[in-house]
Amino acid sequence: MTDKNPTGQGRFDGAHDRLHAADQRRMAFAGGVRRRWRELPRLVRIAAVLAGVAVLYGLPNLNIPFIRTESVGIGFSSVLFTVAVYVLVAVGLNVVIGLAGLLDLGYIGFFAVGAYSVAVFGSPSSPVATQYPWLVCIPIAIALSMVSGVILGAPTLRLRGDYLAIVTLGFGEIVRLIAVNSSVTRGQQGIADIPSPPGTLPDGEPLFGVVDIRPYYWLALTVVIICMIGVKQLERSRVGRSWLAIREDEDAAELMGVPAFRFKLWAFAIGAAIGGLSGALFASRQSFISSGSIELLTSILWVAAVVLGGSGNLLGVTVGAIIISYLPERFRDFAEYRFLVFGLALIAVMVFRPQGIIPSRRRAVELEDRKEEVAVGA
Amino acid sequence: MNFDFLFDQFGTLTATGLEQGAIYALVALGYTLVYGVLQLINFAHSEVFLVGTFAVVVVWSWLGFSGDAGAPGLAVMLGLLVVGLLAAATASAAVAIVIERVAYRPLRRRNAPRLVFLITAIGASVVIAELIGVITRRRPFGTPALITQTEVLRFGNTSITNLEIGIVGAAVAMMVILDLFINKTRLGRGIRAVAQDPDTAALMGVNKDRVILITFLLGGLMAGGAALLYMLKITITTFNVGFLLGIKAFTAAVLGGIGNLRGALLGGLLLGVVENYGAAIFGNQWKDVTAFIVLVVILMFRPTGLLGESLGRARA
Repeated sequence: MTDKNPTGQGRFDGAHDRLHAADQRRMAFAGGVRRRWRELPRLVRIAAVLAGVAVLYGLPNLNIPFIRTESVGIGFSSVLFTVAVYVLVAVGLNVVIGLAGLLDLGYIGFFAVGAYSVAVFGSPSSPVATQYPWLVCIPIAIALSMVSGVILGAPTLRLRGDYLAIVTLGFGEIVRLIAVNSSVTRGQQGIADIPSPPGTLPDGEPLFGVVDIRPYYWLALTVVIICMIGVKQLERSRVGRSWLAIREDEDAAELMGVPAFRFKLWAFAIGAAIGGLSGALFASRQSFISSGSIELLTSILWVAAVVLGGSGNLLGVTVGAIIISYLPERFRDFAEYRFLVFGLALIAVMVFRPQGIIPSRRRAVELEDRKEEVAVGA
Repeated sequence: MNFDFLFDQFGTLTATGLEQGAIYALVALGYTLVYGVLQLINFAHSEVFLVGTFAVVVVWSWLGFSGDAGAPGLAVMLGLLVVGLLAAATASAAVAIVIERVAYRPLRRRNAPRLVFLITAIGASVVIAELIGVITRRRPFGTPALITQTEVLRFGNTSITNLEIGIVGAAVAMMVILDLFINKTRLGRGIRAVAQDPDTAALMGVNKDRVILITFLLGGLMAGGAALLYMLKITITTFNVGFLLGIKAFTAAVLGGIGNLRGALLGGLLLGVVENYGAAIFGNQWKDVTAFIVLVVILMFRPTGLLGESLGRARA
């Protein structure tokens, strides 16, 4: 940042330096919070996490003014469910982008495969005659989206990063077009009567009904927590270390004996499976899916959520997902301008804080390294 | 599977495919130029094109050419074409430069990872498209057809219209001029130098920031040209026409070998023709699917695109 460049940009440099210093202070503060957290006794930490989780489960019943969304005419539980599904998507996409460093712009493709798997195999109104119950449909959805991840990944993961981006974008568009045009998915008309999870209330009503959305939220939240724990374990394992090595320098990793292609394929498959699972949850809550729900722009917003929040950090991507899912719902009154504001915010955050809102510690270090490399003619 | 239709209409399909492909190719040049110099997918380039189409609509309606105005005489037509081209090229180039200054340059100074550039690009793209969407209330805007399509050539059952010849000819001419500019002029040499090795070029006295600005400017000018041709052919634009066209143009650039100007031309024309054939065989709704499948297949066997990546000629 301190290099003198010949084009006379001093004015901007000054402003940037000040912002950068402020950023450093914030980072130091965040680091301090992290350290203090780790110095707390183990029991206190466990209790705090449990309390946090309890609050999350209780959220639909808490009456927090301004946060609740009834004032803009939409049920709070239903918003919470959407947020939870988006967080799940972000957790899955984080495996691909944040951990393995692969840019996937067509993640909605896997989401759609999961959603349509439940619809096609479970619904009585789908053209496929099978009517499997929900508990059978979900594993099918996960398996099929995982397979689609491998099918897409096997030929394309040998490509360089930018090509991968456009090929995945193409994949997302192909899946969308199949959803629009195929006779199995029935296009705009869609598939209704998608099965919902089993369970009945004492009074005989189904647990997962259309009136009370809270059970869906609790289900999604549980899935999110399980997936987060799973991803965290993976990250700390041999697989996670391989992803990290590939992300930082694929050639060096390959030389050190990391089979890069195989681990990239794993990242793709795991990411796809989580994407498919979130699609399946979404479809069973809606109990209806049509090609209108599959938009390529959504896919790009998800990538934005991951990078905005801080790719590689579970807490960060969660924050990113909450921002892109909750804010548009809460500020429906400004629906006309919400994407405009969103785009501006995206630029502003990235220009002033390229590592994301809550960066992964390792990523922050990588970014510092890059800044040192900038010595010549930035 | 309707092969009869394909064989029957082969010539016509090729002609309209080339016409569409010429527009892809002009937009693809913007992606390829920026990628060649910065290794950056300028995702917002589709919106550079979008602004160009609206510039054409606005300027023509100022001049009274809107609504149900009929096709004008030759002199007026040429005048409108020139004014339209100027307006579109200026607007597009200005937007391209603003994007560079606001969304990319601050990041370049911090040597931010490439993913971050992509996100600001997406942000810029959303902002421009939505801004136009809000201003136009998301309604489509159109111009009357400036050039009446007439058949000028005929081989067997293939008819070729004046518009098809004009669009392909104009696109190729613009591309030849750009190619000469990059390969023969001093500024072009600067662009090639930065594409090859930015740091060494800077040490040799090339003003890197200015070269990058010129690269964006050139891409914007080409997108403006594409916007004019698009309005001649399609005559209607909305705030979201950029998205799919941008993806197609980027596909075309990758197909030909990104960073390679001639590759962008080849990729664009090829993509236009192939997707037309695909539409003929499988039905119009599968047109875009064909385009992407062709891309995946070609990348599998030739990962650097058809002509290879070579704006700098000797990238390691």
